[in-house]
Amino acid sequence: MSSLQTPLHQVQGLGAAHSGTGHFWRLRVTAVALVPLSLWFVFVVLGLAGASEVAAVSFLAHPWNALLMGAFVSFSLYHAALGLQEVVDDYIHTAGAKIFLMLFIRAALLACWAVSTFALIRIASL
Amino acid sequence: MADNPQKPGSPQAGRPLSPHLTIYHWAITMIASITHRATGIALSVGALVLAWWLVAISNGPEGYQTFYAVAVSPIGLVVLFGFTWSLAFHLLNGIRHLAWDLGYGFTPATAHQTGLWVIALSLILSVGIFAFSWTGHAGYLQ
Repeated sequence: MSSLQTPLHQVQGLGAAHSGTGHFWRLRVTAVALVPLSLWFVFVVLGLAGASEVAAVSFLAHPWNALLMGAFVSFSLYHAALGLQEVVDDYIHTAGAKIFLMLFIRAALLACWAVSTFALIRIASL
Repeated sequence: MADNPQKPGSPQAGRPLSPHLTIYHWAITMIASITHRATGIALSVGALVLAWWLVAISNGPEGYQTFYAVAVSPIGLVVLFGFTWSLAFHLLNGIRHLAWDLGYGFTPATAHQTGLWVIALSLILSVGIFAFSWTGHAGYLQ
């Protein structure tokens, strides 16, 4: 026997943290998705800067624009959760502070997602 | 969960430390890496402002007026420029990171050069976006 790992553990390839390359891969997938979405977002913000509230509503109420803005918000916040976890993992070395900070960050980002999504639905029904 | 070796009186006091930020000579690659993190954290805060913007739009003309007044105040514009530059930098440097993930641009000379490009382009882009707006070209979705 050359390894202390069980054959099942080796084949799963998840390692000691039981998540394998999942965090790394999700950060990359959301990053790639955010490249075109960010460019679209800048185009929208510039286009609505100085425009009236009515113009902003009629633009964001359009199904495609609402979906794209929802996608931008969702991918951004998921990417932020993954990225901030990396920061916490690197700089916070006590278990209690780490758990508290990660729960706080995730709760804040989830609340931010819920508020943004609700606002988009409300705009669409105005 | 080791004690801080720099703390007097800790069991590890006086032990040598591996070199850190204050020891190394500053390099472009290092600055770009630190800035990528800092802009990422800043953009996470920016997501809160984005949520506020969407809520303000959903609140009707009066609600939007409040947001707009804050956004175009001097402090609001400085903060918005910070977010604009952060997004430009994080986006450009993120593409640099994705290229690295594919195995491109790893030599020190190339990494140094692309780092300089990212810094320069992010500044040009964010100043360009604000210039575009100030010369009256924004608001085209009216």
